[in-house]
Amino acid sequence: MEKFFVHAKADTVGVAVADIQAGEKVTGWVMEDDTIIEVQAKSNIPLGHKIALQDIAKGEMVIKYGQPIGRATETIARGEHVHVHNLKTARW
Amino acid sequence: MPGTKFLGYRRENGRVGVRNHVVILPLDDLSNTAAEGVAKLVEGTIALPHPYGRLQFGEDLELFFRTLIGTGSNPNVAACIVIGIEPKWTNRVVEGIAATKKPVTGFAIERYGDLKVIEMAARKAVEYVQYATELKKEECDVSELVVSIKCGESDTTSGLASNPALGNAVDRLVDMGATVLFGETSELTGGEHLVAERCATPEIREQFMRSFTSYSEFIMSQGVDLIGSQPTEGNITGGLTTIEEKALGNIQKIGKRSLIQGVLQPAEPPKGKGLWYMETSSAAAECITLFAAGGSVLHFFTTGQGNIVGHPIIPVIKISANPITVSTMSEHIDVDLSGILRREMNLEEAGTKILEEFFRTLNGRFTKAEALGHKEFVLTKLYRSA
Repeated sequence: MEKFFVHAKADTVGVAVADIQAGEKVTGWVMEDDTIIEVQAKSNIPLGHKIALQDIAKGEMVIKYGQPIGRATETIARGEHVHVHNLKTARW
Repeated sequence: MPGTKFLGYRRENGRVGVRNHVVILPLDDLSNTAAEGVAKLVEGTIALPHPYGRLQFGEDLELFFRTLIGTGSNPNVAACIVIGIEPKWTNRVVEGIAATKKPVTGFAIERYGDLKVIEMAARKAVEYVQYATELKKEECDVSELVVSIKCGESDTTSGLASNPALGNAVDRLVDMGATVLFGETSELTGGEHLVAERCATPEIREQFMRSFTSYSEFIMSQGVDLIGSQPTEGNITGGLTTIEEKALGNIQKIGKRSLIQGVLQPAEPPKGKGLWYMETSSAAAECITLFAAGGSVLHFFTTGQGNIVGHPIIPVIKISANPITVSTMSEHIDVDLSGILRREMNLEEAGTKILEEFFRTLNGRFTKAEALGHKEFVLTKLYRSA
């Protein structure tokens, strides 16, 4: 079963649709082109939270829905939990 | 797939309602006690207490009157009694509602006192309840309806599942000729360019961007960090990190193909069919109260973490795809779409499930918010009173 979904091909994060444990190899469904990808989780990622699909540099825009959703405030490695500790709005 | 017909109430002005309330509407905070007194005495009436209506001025006062008049004029209301502290503003609301030709009477408390007013208004309320309970439902069509959409306590499951599923239903409702209102101005931040692209004409696009920009400037002028408010703490618990992410999930609700037909002031009725944007706060009860005042007779509410909002006169259908929420808060959720996350259900099937619940609700079945007695009536106040 796919444990995360990805909205668009261009996205750099996916969304856990079940709790993911650190170290777990998980598959995800890319909704835009109906493909399956695999990522090894580096952190625990609760249902609904985001997993990095690639390494993201500090200051880089994070992409979801094919659109920027804010800027990385830390360097983020593929498989890490992405949330308020390493991502901030670019708006306010 | 359901058809487009249901049994509803066609009012004196031709507008169609799906509930049949006799409302006791206080003009101001001082008149809540008398309004609630009448509602206690007379079965089948409902009082709508609220904290405002005194010393408001300018645009804030105009919005206040538009909201009260719009609420009393809503097609879900069969008849209305207005009680105010003094006769002038009371009559302004009565006259506004009377334009719909539905039965409406006002009572002022000064020179009478609560007890005499309660007696007089209760006698009128008995008459109105008998009138309302004798009204017959008749066959109506979805194209005669105004409905509204909003999400709350959203999380990432909202953007993945419940919002695009509602978007699917919205596209189909617009195809059926319905009128659909959306709003939540601050919650479009990060997706406003996508909303702008959906406006039917360049003029509407310009009006939309003006409304969006002025709301954003108001928020920025407060000079505070909105984290914890927008996104809310509940959003953050659910995995939403930024306003852009929340907005991009939010706008899944407006579907994929319906064009935006116009920009409405808060509580302003739409001027035609199709999808309409109303400038509103993103707070659930404030937003639904404005939509109902603009004529919405039913509200679709998607939630991730479990917002429990209702409204006193319009049914609120609660939709969630978060498996934890639908199991721990099942008494609040009308439509369980958690199957989408297990890939057991696609968005078209989910849209159909929403529309099936919609038709059952139109025909009179209570939503869970109605069964639990959720009656949030919250006026939007623009600034301090004089």
